[in-house]
Amino acid sequence: MIVFLLKGIVRDRARSLLPFVTVILGVSITVFFYSYMQGALTETIDYSARFSTGHLKITTRGYEKEEALRPLDLAILNVSQMLSDLSAEYPNVIWDPRIQFGGIIDIPDSLGNTKAQGPISGIAADILPSGSGRRILNLENGIVRGRAPLHPDEILITERLADRLKVSIGDTATLVTTDMWGGIEFKNFIIVGTVNFGVDALDRQTLIADLSGVQGLLGLDDGATEIMGFFKDFVYRDDIARKIAQDFNKKHAGKDELSPYMRALSQQPGMEDYLSYVESWLWIFVALFIFVMSIVLWNAGLLGTLRRYYEIGVRLAMGEDKVHIYMTLIGESFLIGFWGSIIGTAIGIAISYYVQMHGINIGAFMKNSTMLLPYIVRARVTPGSFCIGFVPGLMAPLIGTALSGLAVFKRQTSNLIREFAE
Amino acid sequence: MAIIETKDLTKTYRMGHATIYALNRVTLSFEKGEFAGLIGPSGSGKTTFLNMVGLLDRPTDGHVSVMGRDTGELSSKEAALFRRLHIGFIFQTFNLFPHYTAFENVEFPLLLLKFDARTRKRMVMEALEMVGLADRTKSRPSELSGGECQRVAIARAIVKRPDIVLADEPTANLDAENSYNILEIMVRINRELKTTFIFATHDEKVIKYLKRKITLNDGKVVDDVVVQ
Repeated sequence: MIVFLLKGIVRDRARSLLPFVTVILGVSITVFFYSYMQGALTETIDYSARFSTGHLKITTRGYEKEEALRPLDLAILNVSQMLSDLSAEYPNVIWDPRIQFGGIIDIPDSLGNTKAQGPISGIAADILPSGSGRRILNLENGIVRGRAPLHPDEILITERLADRLKVSIGDTATLVTTDMWGGIEFKNFIIVGTVNFGVDALDRQTLIADLSGVQGLLGLDDGATEIMGFFKDFVYRDDIARKIAQDFNKKHAGKDELSPYMRALSQQPGMEDYLSYVESWLWIFVALFIFVMSIVLWNAGLLGTLRRYYEIGVRLAMGEDKVHIYMTLIGESFLIGFWGSIIGTAIGIAISYYVQMHGINIGAFMKNSTMLLPYIVRARVTPGSFCIGFVPGLMAPLIGTALSGLAVFKRQTSNLIREFAE
Repeated sequence: MAIIETKDLTKTYRMGHATIYALNRVTLSFEKGEFAGLIGPSGSGKTTFLNMVGLLDRPTDGHVSVMGRDTGELSSKEAALFRRLHIGFIFQTFNLFPHYTAFENVEFPLLLLKFDARTRKRMVMEALEMVGLADRTKSRPSELSGGECQRVAIARAIVKRPDIVLADEPTANLDAENSYNILEIMVRINRELKTTFIFATHDEKVIKYLKRKITLNDGKVVDDVVVQ
């Protein structure tokens, strides 16, 4: 009997191919959509972490309260000692000191007069060849022209800023900024390259300098405004990050404004709300999508049974039990749903992997955005990607068939001969 | 002993406030091996009678006994099993499974009865030989003519060697030549296997072949003639 039914499934394309293709399409779209949303969320977190929040971030208590003002006088001092202690205590975390600063860069002509000038947002990190910041900021991949700095007096600026200021690689730029005491400071740097981070908020006017090249200028010898911590695999785990922060703060319980204070990514201003907001919407979107796909697939199951009305009638007339017919309908639906879900998941994962490698450019939607959102959003294949498609792929046709199949029990056998004559 | 007996068989339908009598106190009995037909105009109760005898419907009143079993006592599941074992159906529109070959269509009732593969093959081939289609085993209904489809349907009805075959207007969709062929086949099966055939028909070609003609009108038996 099983072979007989299988032959029917294989030969009757409307019974197999159509629902099969519908399930495959529905499942692959669901898997891709889920993976893409996961990727968007992960990349948003990743960009925020690399450029702004870290997975963990240490500042002084005073700096934490006035972070938006970037108060250099509340920076962390004796950073070398602290880095050494942190590395010993948390070996699975990479620690990366940073200085966030603002200022103006002035591009002089051959006579030393101002050729072009503009405001910058500065990030000083350990970006020389052996430095951790070079890798964390992904500088090598972001270079558009030139190269990454090899010396403390070399800087990178964003390609867009370079275009605006009309500077070339090798030009000298004078950084005008204020030191930790509020004094105006000047220093010449050589622009050795331009970068593009793919994030509108960063690409407008960012200047990247080596930490050691800026510390002296700002009066922050062996100082940093923040020390960022990153899990070595670069996957953010909120529970572990929060625990590390809690332990650290317990050990450094000083209440004065220069005492160090650690926060996990989610504990930083706006991030907790943002993460829960994004995650809620992610699930709402995914649930909504699955619901819509389920209705489509459910209908496929429903129609599949209804179009076999006469076949079921003949089977009833020949003495096949109603429960047996119902169970075979459910079995066929399960078979189509199961294999459709497997193939649909494989296709969805393949597309997701492709988009994970190449991404989709959403730059047109990100103009003037102040959030650290990348232009190119990549999908992210997670263990959930392998399972999520089975919800609409398996359940919806099964429920559709189960409901439509109930008609088998309501079928009046007394009408069969009359039905067949019509 | 009669293979089918009905006593005061009555079937009514409600139509608004009116009660329509599809069958009105019909008392009949059929012996094993009969080749009988219910004849009469549309609405005379022929199909309703086949429904009752084929255990597809229950009477409003009266009794139906098939092979000694009172059909009123059978549950829906038992009725299905009874049809599976003892009754074959031939329909006006053939109702073959379109995606299966002639062999597989005929094989289906045997699958329900859980015969093993070798027995199934033997029985299917015998049935197809009886209807003259042993060389069309791999053809699908779309590749067969109307007459051939009805012959496959006959093979499907008789393959399990049922005691009773109920045929509702089996020649209504066939031309004269095919109708005669079909009827000849059924006469031969009736003679060789002693299968009881009961027709519901108003086709003169069929009526000529009947050995017993029961005329129904307004749900009542108005004539019952055995042809010598």
